[in-house]
Amino acid sequence: MNTRVAGNDPAGTRSQLLKSVVGVLLTAVMLFPVYWMVNVSLTPAALMRRTPPQLLPLTPTLDGYRSVLDEQLPFLGTSLVLGLGTVLLTLLVSAPAGFALAKLRPRGARALTFTMLVAQMVPGIIMASGFYAIYLSLGVLNTLPGLILADSTIAVPFGVLLFTAFMRGIPDELIQAATIDGAGTLRTFVSVVLPVSRNAVVTVSLFAFLWAWSDFIFASTLDGGGRHQPITLGIYRYIGNNNQEWDAIMATAVVASVPAAVLLVLAQRYVAAGITAGSVKD
Amino acid sequence: MTTPMMTEHAVEGGAGRAPAPPPAGRVRRPRSGQWTAWAFLAPVALYLVAFYAYPLARNADLSLRDYTVRSFVQGGAEFTGLDNYRAVVQDATFGTALLNTLLFTGVSLLFQFVLGLALAVFFFQNFRLSTTLRALFLVPWLLPLIVSSSTWAWMLNSDSGVVNHALSLVGVEPVNWLTSPQWALVSVIIANIWIGIPFNLVVLYSGLQSIPGEVYEAASLDGAGAWQRFRFITFPLLRPVSAITLLLGLVYTLKVFDIIWIMTRGGPGDASTTLATWSYRESFGSLLPQFGPGAAISNLLIVMALLCGLLYIRSAGRSTES
Repeated sequence: MNTRVAGNDPAGTRSQLLKSVVGVLLTAVMLFPVYWMVNVSLTPAALMRRTPPQLLPLTPTLDGYRSVLDEQLPFLGTSLVLGLGTVLLTLLVSAPAGFALAKLRPRGARALTFTMLVAQMVPGIIMASGFYAIYLSLGVLNTLPGLILADSTIAVPFGVLLFTAFMRGIPDELIQAATIDGAGTLRTFVSVVLPVSRNAVVTVSLFAFLWAWSDFIFASTLDGGGRHQPITLGIYRYIGNNNQEWDAIMATAVVASVPAAVLLVLAQRYVAAGITAGSVKD
Repeated sequence: MTTPMMTEHAVEGGAGRAPAPPPAGRVRRPRSGQWTAWAFLAPVALYLVAFYAYPLARNADLSLRDYTVRSFVQGGAEFTGLDNYRAVVQDATFGTALLNTLLFTGVSLLFQFVLGLALAVFFFQNFRLSTTLRALFLVPWLLPLIVSSSTWAWMLNSDSGVVNHALSLVGVEPVNWLTSPQWALVSVIIANIWIGIPFNLVVLYSGLQSIPGEVYEAASLDGAGAWQRFRFITFPLLRPVSAITLLLGLVYTLKVFDIIWIMTRGGPGDASTTLATWSYRESFGSLLPQFGPGAAISNLLIVMALLCGLLYIRSAGRSTES
């Protein structure tokens, strides 16, 4: 359990090395599907259904990626707009709410917090069919703003709860100082609270973007016939084709994974913080 | 799919419990303070009504009427009470979908938790590389579900999949993972376990961090072996975190839709149909949508999810108080 007890003796070093090796092996097994996705994306179509399958991309081809460039760029662009729109909407709604719940002691705060917790548990299929009925009567099916709105429902409850937890940690003196300087509550929020809540803003934005980028159920129900469709539907259509071109499908999948990879490299600590946020007593 | 989630105890506290705010605070904030507070809450309150309560109400309304494509567009569908629910429960698919939902959820949770816990304990030993490798374990959780689902679908392909190839090396006959009734549910469960391990690993790992190191040192001095330390220290002290992890996992796994729909569409037949995919199939999966029954199924699902959710909120609340 605690290797520090082992100290610097040779046996300790050897067990360190052994653990590292086991760790690398476990990670390799866990990430094999990711490797396989990359491998298949580089496999020439002619060798795709060969037995045995090519375990290494020995004769790599970029044909799959050429299809991505030719066919999937509009989908990727739509997903980008979708992600950014969702981030913006989520921040606009959830940051002020978090501030109020954390610092302004509104009546009904507990009920509102409880509602947020419950809202996170609503299965997507229910929201999708409700939104579908509403959008149909309003005539906003297959529109990007409609999809942004629906996607934001995945992130808003999480955003409110995360902002509340974070802003509760801001010292009251900081806010009082701003008030003494003559700032109103709005001014205090914008120029004092928000800047010191940078980490919370980053975390909420990352998750809102990732969820909108990855959303399939809202996209397929609310935007299935739209002119601008996100990348999840791009991949879904590829799979649905009869002549399944797996090099192209997997190449698109690799490209669609880029935001996740960027997130992990640039913002790993925010990701872990977001996952554990609150679910464990600290 | 497992998404991160904030719990009550992270949030409650200052709202009027725990260290109770000085009464002076309330006096200093007269009615105008409440107005300001609610001005900040107004967007989210309106948002909840318009984009949560209203869709849910529309869905409830759908489930109580006899909708056809025509009346769905033009309105005027007949109110039929609980007919849709009755029809759904009596449908031949109902039993299968319910059983599959329970199997999918139960088996996924069991494996995700056991593997996540084993990995958390392993990575907690802080060897070189452990931080980097632990970060890499997050990848399956971060990938869009359509990416992981389609990758698994191709890996499990009967003729050209790498899984069957690996099995053939040890002399196992090819398995029709996605196209045979007895393996389809197993296949989607395997993919779902893979996706859920990172969540369990991360949450349980942070639970391990909260166990004081001295307890282990004392146990080591008393001559406790690695297994005894796990059995008598780690596992009992991790109980509250484990309960939270499992209940959250339960809520999230009940509503999994993407993975199953993309890999098998609930097929072949109903072999991998769960309540979530069945609801989608009724409402959106065919050219003749059955919105009423589809909505009824999804309302049954939400009742299950909320029951588990309330259990979770209660147990999370209790673990703060203790």
